Amino acid sequence: MTERVPVLSAHDLRVSFPARHGHGVAHAVDRVNLDVYPGEIVALVGESGCGKTTLARTLLGLEKPGGGQVLHHGQPVRYTSRGLKAYRRDVQLVLQDPSGSLNPRHTVYEAVAEGLRIHGHTALGDFPDEQAKVADALARAGLRPAERFFLRYPHELSGGQRQRVVIAGALVLDPAILVADEPVASLDASVRGEILKLLLGLRDERGLSALVVTHDLGLAWNIADRVAVMYLGRIVETGPVEKILTAPEHPYTRALLSVLPESGLSEAGGAGPTILTGEAPDPTRIPTGCRFHPRCPVVASGRAAALDIEAACRGRDLPVLDGGGEAQVACHAVGSDAGAPDLRTTPTPRPGAGAAPRRRRR
Amino acid sequence: MTQPGRAPEARPDKAPTAQLLDIRNLTVTYRTGGGPLPAVRGVDLSLAAGQKLGLAGESGCGKSTLAASVLRLLPPGTTTTGEILLGGEDVLTMGWSRLRAVRWAGASIVFQGAMHSLNPVRRIAHQIAEPILLHDKVSETLAHERVAVLLEQVGLAAARASAYPHELSGGQRQRVMIAMALACSPNLIVADEPTTALDVMVQAQILRLIGDLVAAQGISLLMISHDLAVLAQTCDRLAVMYAGRIVEDGPAHQVFTDGRHPYTRALAAAFPRIGDPSSRRAPHGLPGDPPDPTALPTGCAFRPRCPLAIETCAHVDPALSVAGPGRAAACVHVTSVPTGGER
Ligand SMILES: Nc1ncnc2c1ncn2[C@@H]1O[C@H](COP(=O)(O)OP(=O)(O)O)[C@@H](O)[C@H]1O
Ligand SMILES: Nc1ncnc2c1ncn2[C@@H]1O[C@H](COP(=O)(O)OP(=O)(O)O)[C@@H](O)[C@H]1O
Ligand code: SF4
Ligand code: SF4
Ligand SMILES: [Mg+2]
Ligand SMILES: [Mg+2]
Repeated sequence: MTERVPVLSAHDLRVSFPARHGHGVAHAVDRVNLDVYPGEIVALVGESGCGKTTLARTLLGLEKPGGGQVLHHGQPVRYTSRGLKAYRRDVQLVLQDPSGSLNPRHTVYEAVAEGLRIHGHTALGDFPDEQAKVADALARAGLRPAERFFLRYPHELSGGQRQRVVIAGALVLDPAILVADEPVASLDASVRGEILKLLLGLRDERGLSALVVTHDLGLAWNIADRVAVMYLGRIVETGPVEKILTAPEHPYTRALLSVLPESGLSEAGGAGPTILTGEAPDPTRIPTGCRFHPRCPVVASGRAAALDIEAACRGRDLPVLDGGGEAQVACHAVGSDAGAPDLRTTPTPRPGAGAAPRRRRR
Repeated sequence: MTQPGRAPEARPDKAPTAQLLDIRNLTVTYRTGGGPLPAVRGVDLSLAAGQKLGLAGESGCGKSTLAASVLRLLPPGTTTTGEILLGGEDVLTMGWSRLRAVRWAGASIVFQGAMHSLNPVRRIAHQIAEPILLHDKVSETLAHERVAVLLEQVGLAAARASAYPHELSGGQRQRVMIAMALACSPNLIVADEPTTALDVMVQAQILRLIGDLVAAQGISLLMISHDLAVLAQTCDRLAVMYAGRIVEDGPAHQVFTDGRHPYTRALAAAFPRIGDPSSRRAPHGLPGDPPDPTALPTGCAFRPRCPLAIETCAHVDPALSVAGPGRAAACVHVTSVPTGGER
């Protein structure tokens, strides 16, 4: 893995905005490292407001970083109009259609051909003409026979078909990577499964990489290789999907997993859901120490105090996690020497726990 | 209470019901430019006092239409047949004044998009107080005391009482909707997609809130969602709807984990179980779309998408049949006696 170069990387990325209400600065993305390797599907998960869309937009070159870098095949993205044009052809955005990605007055053909026209005849590749290229993209997105869809309007399609048109519009430029922001959020589960199959198939058959932004951990289990859990502008836990979703260590990841309806069914004897109070925390006022501490069940239950880490939780910064493949977690309660404490039961204090903030790797 | 001529005993042809809500052979047909659109095509569904019933199905299968019909909130020109007995009274035939009383105090509804259902230019305390003033005919002071209690019950700080809807988050607005639904102490709450479009954590907060409140106050709940997993977790019973019909009905957990109808099984399989190797890197969907209600296939409406369809399915439109204790499903492969009236 080390000799491979990521298709797309965030390197110590920072993005902030003047606060929408009142004063101050919203630190929407606050030092994020994240790599997506060729042929890899990475899921970026977290509650709404944690900065996922801002990170995705910045990776797409739609937002300029306030600090750090976006790397494309290892090279810093150049924010000139020429540099961005080439970049945006290779890194395609897929939004969900209800957010207005399709113009209701454009036919399916026009919607897909639009990107091609921006990039001129070089974008046609080996195809003889625009029509053949558009038909190929529609077919790859699962709309077959493609010609039957050319003259349809979005309102004449089902939700799943519209989402396939959006994906075809991205595929038509033969990108190396798709950045998909909540691509299936409001679709029926039946349709969602079909769209996820499509994304997985594009990776398996064509080696396409994807960064999928979602608040749906089931989606990560369905298609992703790696997952990064974001909280208030920072990645707090990351690693292979099997590890992070079946043996999560960060209290935030654990809480997110515990409230899934499916997990409630297999709960017999389990600890039950950990429902965090409050909603999207405020990026204009990032708490000191661990940014999750005001909502952390380990602190609230007194277990942090028992572990002798409460002061660290409230006051000591945690290291920023790497963007690479290995499992890592940013939490004072997770000690590299002692192994993960069982955060659900009352732990016995460990000597030396909380001595230094840790970034744990395996 | 009951209007003259509307009391259950005045209708000797109908057996009295022990159910709080008893929907019998309901059909709802919209009038559209393209002709009549049968959105609900013969639904029998009942809900006992204090029970939580989930109604699942893909979008367009008629869930919201069914919900709206319970409170007769359908657009003018819509044709409805059958009966909707709420506490023994038929909602479909009651007079307007009785209906107005029933709408808040008998049953109330929580809609999906709280932003659209709340008045954007009125403070939320006033909106919650409105039905109380209208129906309970109490003083302003008493109404506002009740609002304060309701806000606390739904987990909103008293300071939020003077907020306008746009000043609240999606989750907070949904809490306001729930407070309004509770305002006149109804026996039944109909919640149409109450957590769709909310974040996982906020969804969990709202589901727990609804679950706790209906349990504490003995309210019956009809909860509608396209999310079978959410319903299986929240409800006692689960009914699955397809193309305007109930195709399966039974104990929630059994329907979710061991559906009898091929549609139920396909829907349930679309929800990944984290940790389950069979869904790892293997999303399951259901190809195709639900049929256009104005152009239904012959025989079973699910046939074009059904992996188990056989020759017979093109001719037979199966009725709900007993499919185990307390269970029913409408499929030719469920070879049992029709449920008739006594489900
Ligand atoms: N253009 C902007 N101006 C001000 N604040 C913004 C802007 N875009 C996003 N934010 C804020 O940044 C935070 C992260 O937002 P976003 O990236 O949309 O999160 P997510 O996609 O995870 O829901 C939120 O608090 C949001 O209000
Ligand atoms: N006001 C209306 N006029 C005409 N058709 C409608 C109306 N409301 C819904 N429908 C149609 O009725 C069917 C059922 O819709 P709905 O009850 O909203 O389903 P669901 O809530 O399950 O998504 C759909 O085909 C829909 O297009
Ligand atoms: S560092 Fe402390 S506050 Fe933060 S997640 Fe870990 S235990 Fe909770
Ligand atoms: S009746 Fe036939 S088509 Fe309908 S669900 Fe059963 S097997 Fe499938
Ligand atoms: Mg977002
Ligand atoms: Mg609906």
